[in-house]
Amino acid sequence: MSTAAVSHKRRSTLRGATLPKWSPWAIAGGALAVAIGIGMGAGLDSKVQWGLIAAVLFLLFTYGIAAKVEGRRQAKDRIATSLVWVAFLLAVIPLVSLVWVTVSRGVKVLDGYFLTHSMGVVADSEPGGGVYAAIIGSLEQVGLATLIGAPIGILTAIYLVEYGRGNLARAVTFFVDVMTGIPSIVAGLFILSLMLIFDMQPFGFAGSLALAILMMPVVVRSTEEMLKLVPNELREASLALGVPKWRTILKVVLPTSIGGITTGVMLAIARIAGETAPVLLLVFGNPFINNNPFEGAQASLPLYIYQQYSQSAGANAAYDRAWAASLTLIAFVMILNLAARGIARWKAPKSGR
Amino acid sequence: MAKRIDVSGLTAYYGSHKAIEDISMTVEPRSVTAFIGPSGCGKSTFLRTLNRMHEVTPGGRVEGKVLLDDEDLYGAGIDPVSVRREVGMVFQRPNPFPTMSIFDNVAAGLRLNGKFKKSELNDVVEKSLKGANLWNEVKDRLNKPGSGLSGGQQQRLCIARAIAVEPKVLLMDEPCSALDPISTLAIEDLIGELKERFTIVIVTHNMQQAARVSDRTAFFNLSAVGQPGRLIEIDDTERIFSNPSVQATEDYISGRFG
Amino acid sequence: MDISTQTTDASPPTPPPTEAERKRAARGATRPGDRIFLGLTRGSGILLLVIMAAMAVFLTYRASLAISKDHGNFLTTFEWNTNLNPPVFGIAVLAFGTVVSSIVAMVLAVPIAVAIALFLTHYAPRKLSGPIAYVIDLLAAVPSIVYGLWGALILVPHMQGLYGWLNDYFGWTGILSWEGGAPRAMLTVGILLAIMILPIITNVSREVFRQVPQMHEEAALALGATRWEVVRMAVLPFGRSGVISASMLGLGRALGETMAVATVLSPSYDIQASLLDPGGGTFAQNIASKFGEATEQGRDALIASGLVLFVITLVVNGAARAIIARRKEYSGANA
Repeated sequence: MSTAAVSHKRRSTLRGATLPKWSPWAIAGGALAVAIGIGMGAGLDSKVQWGLIAAVLFLLFTYGIAAKVEGRRQAKDRIATSLVWVAFLLAVIPLVSLVWVTVSRGVKVLDGYFLTHSMGVVADSEPGGGVYAAIIGSLEQVGLATLIGAPIGILTAIYLVEYGRGNLARAVTFFVDVMTGIPSIVAGLFILSLMLIFDMQPFGFAGSLALAILMMPVVVRSTEEMLKLVPNELREASLALGVPKWRTILKVVLPTSIGGITTGVMLAIARIAGETAPVLLLVFGNPFINNNPFEGAQASLPLYIYQQYSQSAGANAAYDRAWAASLTLIAFVMILNLAARGIARWKAPKSGR
Repeated sequence: MAKRIDVSGLTAYYGSHKAIEDISMTVEPRSVTAFIGPSGCGKSTFLRTLNRMHEVTPGGRVEGKVLLDDEDLYGAGIDPVSVRREVGMVFQRPNPFPTMSIFDNVAAGLRLNGKFKKSELNDVVEKSLKGANLWNEVKDRLNKPGSGLSGGQQQRLCIARAIAVEPKVLLMDEPCSALDPISTLAIEDLIGELKERFTIVIVTHNMQQAARVSDRTAFFNLSAVGQPGRLIEIDDTERIFSNPSVQATEDYISGRFG
Repeated sequence: MDISTQTTDASPPTPPPTEAERKRAARGATRPGDRIFLGLTRGSGILLLVIMAAMAVFLTYRASLAISKDHGNFLTTFEWNTNLNPPVFGIAVLAFGTVVSSIVAMVLAVPIAVAIALFLTHYAPRKLSGPIAYVIDLLAAVPSIVYGLWGALILVPHMQGLYGWLNDYFGWTGILSWEGGAPRAMLTVGILLAIMILPIITNVSREVFRQVPQMHEEAALALGATRWEVVRMAVLPFGRSGVISASMLGLGRALGETMAVATVLSPSYDIQASLLDPGGGTFAQNIASKFGEATEQGRDALIASGLVLFVITLVVNGAARAIIARRKEYSGANA
């Protein structure tokens, strides 16, 4: 005897009153309108204040309306959703601004001339000059750091994954973790303390040593992850054929994970290429081209940015150069990143774990 | 306050893949209905459409009607959150919240619905744990984490958690498949007791279990891999296991396939 | 990996290997090739340990040279005059500034990063969350000097309005009052650091939230939980220790950040009660700014301050690792 009429009289337990789909937009619009009203009325000139008032009103309105119509639990759910969206949008603003400003101001002076000339005797306030010496310096320092840091990192990772047991492996694992957290300036100070003892002047290779220290733990970690992905069956199959362990590692394990290892090394290079602090202490900077990383101060791209900014005393030409160098550096780092991720996707081992 | 379920013309999809097609059946209140059938026939998918859990899966969507005492779960203005409050669910693997104590696990559903006095909460937790035949085993360690219990105890804890909010219907998705025989027996006994208060639907791979615990049995099958699952027949359990009306059912039950 | 033991054992007619042979076989070091290779890899591991030890030893050595000449109190003096004879310097201001700027950064970054991680794993439309996560990954790779340049030339001028507003409404608290100087103060530093560590904390938290077992979330849903209640019941408790360690990693970065602070802050050797008044300094910033004019004696003093920073970051990172290790045990028990 359950006719539609009866079931309609009984209060449904399933049917919650729901706000329509467009309600968040409507509430946002309302909040914005009221905020603008308040802002104009009270004579607040900062748009940031208008925005903050609008955001707060939006949250209040959402909670109030939802609590009234849908109930407290739904209202809380809506508040959480709104907050999460607001947090996201809030974070996007500076990050978008960073990229936009770097690109838009960087392209002003970034051209072939800028990339192929150095500062030489160009005064800070003058236009002209470029990053050639800095690029050479960065490439040499980062290249040498990679030559030192990558092999040590990869070998250590092989030790930890393929041989590592006992106290030594545990100690290495722990200190690799610790090393990951070392501030770059501390690594710089370490090399500096050695240079003070041996009474040496700044030169490119000193920077390479500090960068290599920063690079090692990153490479160890990523290589370890990749080696662990190689299925044990592969190792066993090779060993069962009578292949010695070291040849198994070189001929079976490493080729299987080479894509991932390359990716890790490239990401580590991208990281150290942007390090400024150790270079500032150890390489010193140089407006002239110095191709020899083992003698005399060298330039470096991140350091160039800092020096153009800090020694220019507000000269616009120097700021323009700093932005252009930033764009160059970001482009280099991003290309490395994208290439690394590309390799990771292309060479990914098909069977995991 | 058990409720009746009336399903008509229900079809469920995962993205563009049709998982089950055109299922209609009635589940009586205060009874146990078992779903049996070969793997991939969509019985779990169908179960999850009964409390709108299917749409939680990315790409999951449903056509057709599921009436809970004359109210369509998929009707306009129906809040899926309220649906799941009325239609509780126990999963294949025991899933107590790992960070919560035994007490908090049982109280979790209640706390969602506003403030309870501590004494009220105590009463409901005790009642639910007793209802799940778990009280005597855990009453001295209610503040210990639920993950410290054995698999069978964890599953009964999940049942206690589900019945604490007094649902109208209890769905069980192969609740014993991860348990040993003794724990399984405990759960089966429990199901017999729970049907006095709830409408119970249970998916099982184990035909003896279906025969032991259920009043009615529904047999699902699919014509080929990749094809949608269909309801072949639903009847009294006794009849399904002794004299089914469809040949495929008999073949499946007698072990000729599946 | 006891594979090689098996290969040795697989030839029954030979007599059972001695204990020493067994041990060597277990390490796979039975042939010259194996021995060399093991030596190389283990040597690299040991080299890492040597570097760490050398770092501690040499920093301590140069620091002790500096501190022994210090005519101020190394811990409490509000001054950094290392080129005087005798030198007078202390790390009080730097320690204060480092801690304050990092706290500001954490207070701002952690909630927002957690919210973004939740947004990516539980709120954003699927099509959106993949690309956004990718972009955040890339932003974590932007060099800090670029953040510094952006902070100095873009963020600082834009802070003027906020500083005024904060002073108008919260100036009475004392810590948010503003005398109208250029907004190159700790709050700006904290905001910039927050922006810098946001991608790191977001990435790690996102990984943790993604690992929340589907079955716990379904358990909450089946009890009739709203999306936010699912997050509160199943996602946040599961991810809490992960978020804590992510935050510690972020904190480690914030504590040691050099260039971004050096470009944005206008330093001084006193402590400002208000976050909005310029002044103060951090360990790393001080090293970068004072290095150019420092004599050997001054450099040793900077090394001494760097040693303190080194110890602080070791403690923070050690704590983060301990939390992660605990979390591993804990999730293993539930697997």
